[in-house]
Amino acid sequence: MRENRSFGFYALASFFALFLLFLYGPTITIFVLSFQGPEGGLTFPMRGASLHWFQKLMEGIGVVDIGSAFVRSLKLGLVVTGLTVALSVSAALAFRKALRGGNVLFYVVVASLIMPSIIVSLGVGLSFRLLDTALKTLFAAIGWDSMSESFNTTMGLYTSALGAQLTWTLPFGLLVMFAVFNRFNSAYEEAALDLGATPWQSFRHVVFPLIAPSVVGVGMFGFTLSWDEIARSSQAIGDLNTLPLELQGLTTTVTTPVIYALGTLTTVISFIVVGVTIGVMALSRRRARGKSTT
Amino acid sequence: MATTTSTAKPAISAARRSGPAAWLQAGPLGLVFLLFFILPLVLILAVSFWDASEYELIPAFTPKNYVAIFDGCSNARDLCVTLKTYYSTLKFCFLAWLFTLLIGFTVAYFLAFHVKTAGMQTVLFLLCTIPFWTSNVIRMISWVPLLGRNGLINDMLIGVGLVSQPQEWLLFSSFSVVLAFIHLFTIFMIVPIFNSMMRIDRALLEAALDAGATPWQTLWNVIVPLSRTGIIIGSIFVITIVMGDFVTIGVMGGQQIASVGKIIQVQTSYLQFPLAAANAVILLAVVLMIIWALTRLVDIRKEL
Repeated sequence: MRENRSFGFYALASFFALFLLFLYGPTITIFVLSFQGPEGGLTFPMRGASLHWFQKLMEGIGVVDIGSAFVRSLKLGLVVTGLTVALSVSAALAFRKALRGGNVLFYVVVASLIMPSIIVSLGVGLSFRLLDTALKTLFAAIGWDSMSESFNTTMGLYTSALGAQLTWTLPFGLLVMFAVFNRFNSAYEEAALDLGATPWQSFRHVVFPLIAPSVVGVGMFGFTLSWDEIARSSQAIGDLNTLPLELQGLTTTVTTPVIYALGTLTTVISFIVVGVTIGVMALSRRRARGKSTT
Repeated sequence: MATTTSTAKPAISAARRSGPAAWLQAGPLGLVFLLFFILPLVLILAVSFWDASEYELIPAFTPKNYVAIFDGCSNARDLCVTLKTYYSTLKFCFLAWLFTLLIGFTVAYFLAFHVKTAGMQTVLFLLCTIPFWTSNVIRMISWVPLLGRNGLINDMLIGVGLVSQPQEWLLFSSFSVVLAFIHLFTIFMIVPIFNSMMRIDRALLEAALDAGATPWQTLWNVIVPLSRTGIIIGSIFVITIVMGDFVTIGVMGGQQIASVGKIIQVQTSYLQFPLAAANAVILLAVVLMIIWALTRLVDIRKEL
């Protein structure tokens, strides 16, 4: 049997290796090129090595203030992460009980996942514009002049953009939690309740510690998906762009390695988040195993 | 009543006894989808029949947005803009689907059946998924130093003597768009297909082998049919993403290639909401038809 599949195995392994090269090769290329010398261009050869382009990045690219966009994206990402974790865990708990309309809600969530993002983005943007019009009419009608003059728009980072991003991160969060509870052994929870724990105590001290590693995973989905999100927030962002939206705009105008420096920076942040998540998950799993054997 | 169900299904009863009412727990999530998904879709449908002046939207019930989109489309010899755009988007869609399926299936097959230890499987699977959590635009730009006029590929081709001039079709072309789709979205095939494959009972493979099936026969008659669910889910993912795409086609096509998503994006940025909404309704109808056809395809095969 071993003889039999060895050729197939090596062929497939080579294919897989090539696929990984295809996956990572380009990213590694721009990682290297972001350390291009001050004289260097967008392609090889490297003309020296320096941090010149990172320095340029800190100074800002043209009119774009990279620093504030960075901070905005970070804050929005954290809010999205918090809401994704809280709402998906809570909803997944609800789905374990008899939830009326649960099927409909599930299909809506799946539909949101596979809905072309431009449609969601247009829809959210449109809704907020209609809301703006309605509010302006209202302010004018009740004679609230100071308000109707100063009022500009309800669209913004923490209203329309946040909502648009949640339609993208929540389906991932909920599906991960479904997978977790499908494999969840409720005997422990049953035992806690039989011993007189309140529902909250059994969740806090029994259920939550068991699902905690996966909850960290849901948080990672929330943050990384928000951190790189373009399609859904594009038409719903309001006046101030997030980092990826600025980045998308820069692709057509910037012709120096400064854009690679920006790429390296955002990729490093994604890697840190993913790395920490995987580390925490592995660690807590090992700790759980250690506890159960001793 | 409650006690009889709880003795019949002890697993559910534990969850049932714990915590606040189910609708209270699912409510916040439901509310987000109601406000930011259902309501916007309803508004898109409504506004697609509205009229608009230069400054404002005018509530009405007029088919003129749809008429404008299909203006001149009855001419069979010369395709109108809308049909041309759909043709080109569908072409991208088909190419992206075909390649992501072939590559994704092969990778998933290798991971599921040829990597023996679970630890190694996890590590290799993670290696495939990590890029998914990094920025798509960065991953697109990262092709520039490779495919550009003075990029590595052109240098190599010229160095070997295959071509005498830098090839222009490598970047900001249909080629680079399809390449980026494969680069970015193969993961959407790998994950569901791998998941389906891991559920296949290994005894079936041994049974096939014992019954004298060649590896190819086992692959085609056992593994492919049993991976069906994963293949369909992956296909739905890739097709819906590519059908509505405007970011990848924009960046990798050098903002020169049209797509349905791009039309909607441009019309939205010019605040032509009724027109954009009508286009979105049509796109949604086309996507739903494709998904319906895909799921039908499975059912028919199951019935045969």
